[in-house]
Amino acid sequence: MSRFKDLQKNLFGGTTSNARQFGMIFTLLAIVLLFQFLTADKIGVGFGDGLTLRSDNLIALFQQNSYILILAIGMLMVIVAGHIDLSVGSVAAFVGILVAKSMADWSLPWPVAILFGLALGAAIGAWQGFWVAYIGVPAFIVTLAGMLLFRGANQFVGNADTIPVPPGFQKIGGGFLPEVGPDTGYNNLTLLLGLAACVAVVWRELQSRRTRKEMNAEPAPMWVSVIRMAIMVGVLVFVTLRFAGGRVGTSFPISGLILVVLVIAYGFYTRNTAGGRHIYAVGGNSRAAELSGVKLRRVNFFVMMNMSVLAALAGMIFVARSAASGPQDGLSWELDAIAAVFIGGAAVSGGIGTISGSIVGGLVMAVLNNGLQLLGVGTDRVQIIKGLVLLLAVALDVYNKSQGRFSIIGSITRPFRREASAEPASSSAAGSEPAKTTVAG
Amino acid sequence: MTNAPILLEMRSITKEFPGVKALSDVNLVVRAGEIHAICGENGAGKSTLMKVLSGVYPYGTYTGDIIYQGQPARYSDIRQSEHAGIVIIHQELALIPHMSITENIFLGNEPRKRGAIDWKAAQRKAVELLNQVGLKEDPDTLIKDIGVGKQQLVEIAKAFAKDVKLLILDEPTAALNEADSQHLLDLLRGFKERGITSIMISHKLNEIEAIADSITILRDGKTVETLDVGAGGVDEDRIVRGMVGRELSSRFPDHTPKIGETFFEVRDWTVRHPISAERLVCKGESFHVRRGEIVGFAGLMGAGRTELAMSIFGRSYGVYLGGQIFKDGKELQLKSVADAIHHGLAYVSEDRKAIGLNLLDDIKTSTVAAKLSKITKRGVLDEVAEYQAAEAYRRELRTKAPTVDEGVSKLSGGNQQKVVLAKWMFTDPDLLILDEPTRGIDVGAKYEIYGIIQRLADQGKGVIVISSELPELIGLCDRIYTVFEGQITGDIARKDANPETLMKQMTSTKKMQTR
Repeated sequence: MSRFKDLQKNLFGGTTSNARQFGMIFTLLAIVLLFQFLTADKIGVGFGDGLTLRSDNLIALFQQNSYILILAIGMLMVIVAGHIDLSVGSVAAFVGILVAKSMADWSLPWPVAILFGLALGAAIGAWQGFWVAYIGVPAFIVTLAGMLLFRGANQFVGNADTIPVPPGFQKIGGGFLPEVGPDTGYNNLTLLLGLAACVAVVWRELQSRRTRKEMNAEPAPMWVSVIRMAIMVGVLVFVTLRFAGGRVGTSFPISGLILVVLVIAYGFYTRNTAGGRHIYAVGGNSRAAELSGVKLRRVNFFVMMNMSVLAALAGMIFVARSAASGPQDGLSWELDAIAAVFIGGAAVSGGIGTISGSIVGGLVMAVLNNGLQLLGVGTDRVQIIKGLVLLLAVALDVYNKSQGRFSIIGSITRPFRREASAEPASSSAAGSEPAKTTVAG
Repeated sequence: MTNAPILLEMRSITKEFPGVKALSDVNLVVRAGEIHAICGENGAGKSTLMKVLSGVYPYGTYTGDIIYQGQPARYSDIRQSEHAGIVIIHQELALIPHMSITENIFLGNEPRKRGAIDWKAAQRKAVELLNQVGLKEDPDTLIKDIGVGKQQLVEIAKAFAKDVKLLILDEPTAALNEADSQHLLDLLRGFKERGITSIMISHKLNEIEAIADSITILRDGKTVETLDVGAGGVDEDRIVRGMVGRELSSRFPDHTPKIGETFFEVRDWTVRHPISAERLVCKGESFHVRRGEIVGFAGLMGAGRTELAMSIFGRSYGVYLGGQIFKDGKELQLKSVADAIHHGLAYVSEDRKAIGLNLLDDIKTSTVAAKLSKITKRGVLDEVAEYQAAEAYRRELRTKAPTVDEGVSKLSGGNQQKVVLAKWMFTDPDLLILDEPTRGIDVGAKYEIYGIIQRLADQGKGVIVISSELPELIGLCDRIYTVFEGQITGDIARKDANPETLMKQMTSTKKMQTR
């Protein structure tokens, strides 16, 4: 038993922060495999002919969810800073319709229109950030107002009508990596991308081992690293081949590429820069952060503004994919984004959460959604199931935490923390009463 | 007292948490009508023992017997123990700020008439209870509008509303100034005459010596001894010896100050209250600090010491009206905390849990939090540099934690304070302002903190210590300013510092300076 636990800890309970995120990824894999199994033609025959992992389904899954995942990135930062943004769906819709109009009525070229959309997002974000950071209105109220405001503005501008967008623009939502180079039977750029990802995974693992050594800490045994890398690379190779080997003309979607770039950039920002750490500091204890020299208003303004820029981007990608902008765009997106962040382990009170956790949380919801639809479950029941999953995932985590047990979500949510020690709490906090009583002790 | 009947007996109480024995075979005998003090270092098990007694840890989660009024007591929650007349007043007061005194007193215990709350009766009873605890306030006043000393009295009135027989006070004077503490102690003596038994947990040994009839000392979850104060021979040193298990020869480390030139000066500093425009919290005050000097700020609660310190620290309190700050002869413009840190100021706040630390952080992250630029290379945080810095401070300050990855919320008060000190030492300050640096910290850790403060001064830094404990200021500081109602009323050299002089200057506007 203890050996199994060791193994579990080494592989998933991990010794570095990125190793612990592996635990959550494992959960996601389990769900994917479950649906692959359930959607196979004959139950029990095998995974091979399941619908979930077919190229076209994987591609659709990414295209249908990239904008929610982009929102989840911004929402994670907003929630970590201790706020919430209810307006993202409306902002996305408003920016979407204005961008569509700018191309249709004012004949803006599409690359310019994209820049215009991002600038619009920044302006809306500055508006909301101003109220939150400089006037001190709770973000819940500001963005509730924004939700009404920009939904109304969308319908006012578009006369509650749809506006089509040109094919060039449609690429950012519905486009794929182009075919280049020799005919290999696969999409070459997708293959290259997959190769780069594999190299990055190996490099990061080795890098984290080196860092641990420099910190005088025992790295996990080499075989653990090897197994971990092997699983990651295996998954990446499989996914790459699926994306690269789909129907001719399809490959890794452009919107997925945008998502990957954003995840890497924002992941790095939140983890490895002072600005990112300030967001956690403000969410954890804003007064303490302020007295440590953190410019509170600037941080709050930034996270709110950033959220609206990402909402604008998400809105444009959605419009591009559906080839037109309409009055119902972005309806209840805020709820999906918020759910992704909380399933991904963020704390309601702020200060805790990671980008990668939120992405995995979003993917769990996406796979669930997709898998249930493939099984022919109606949207009514899908919603019921998603609601229960959100509630149970967070409840289980809260319960485990209150019992002082291993918390799946908690384990991926401390971006700067390694496993403290192998022993239980007994030897920690030397000489103090156990954690529960130290407050009054 | 030894002849009074036994009111409460706790026999071989053992309480285990996963992996830790918090209490092991603890015995406690409390006689009716006495004031019984429980002493021990942080983590000795005092609070845990009281939680066992009051049913916070229900019967069955511990082993051992509780005999109360001759009957075995098996409380499964706090309501049952309160019903039996055992009321515990916690260190963190359990009052609701936006409710009135009356509403708070009767919260959960409302007098009823035909199902509805009988506010008239409540009002009448509240006035009566406030009289009993000597609090002259309108019972309709909101809790947030009265000071912490008065809030404490409301808590006691609340206990009386429940018909208390055994009153348990956990660090009742920790947040009180000397005058309020004195009032509270007098009150306890009064209760004693009325036959109410009290158990008091406190770190303030002088108070215990003054008031307790017997003292039970806990150490590492075990009973060390019970001292009978009436029998004589019990003084602070005797108690300390019991608590730490060894003789503590001095409460302050030996130190020869190496005082240099004046390098930090504040002139005509004027600040007003953040909301009320007429209220000046700092009335054109001037002071200076020399290199290597430990300067104390003495004053009653609300005198404006914290406000003065925070307003200097990048205007983090109140509204700046006028005044200048000079460091090394140059005038500084400190308009934000970031400016203050940049110019070598550090402020260690009085409330480390509320505003000093992010309790979600680990030691490592906390240590570098106030100067991330020091571990940033080309815009990227260097995790290895962060780890090494935190580890170096952990060793230097002897912070008790397995690694610097430990969450700060898991540390004891003394160790948390060391992390906060490390956080500010990491900013390479020239002037450290320490606001109540040893509040809620046990004797052993205090000694270590004093040593750290002295070492910092010896490195040529200036240190300002704000403290409500006069013996601490007198033992530690080279010079002490007294503050009264926003004004500096005294500048007293070490050799002239004694509690009487300080107390006199802390309560009068007449200026005094000694050399």
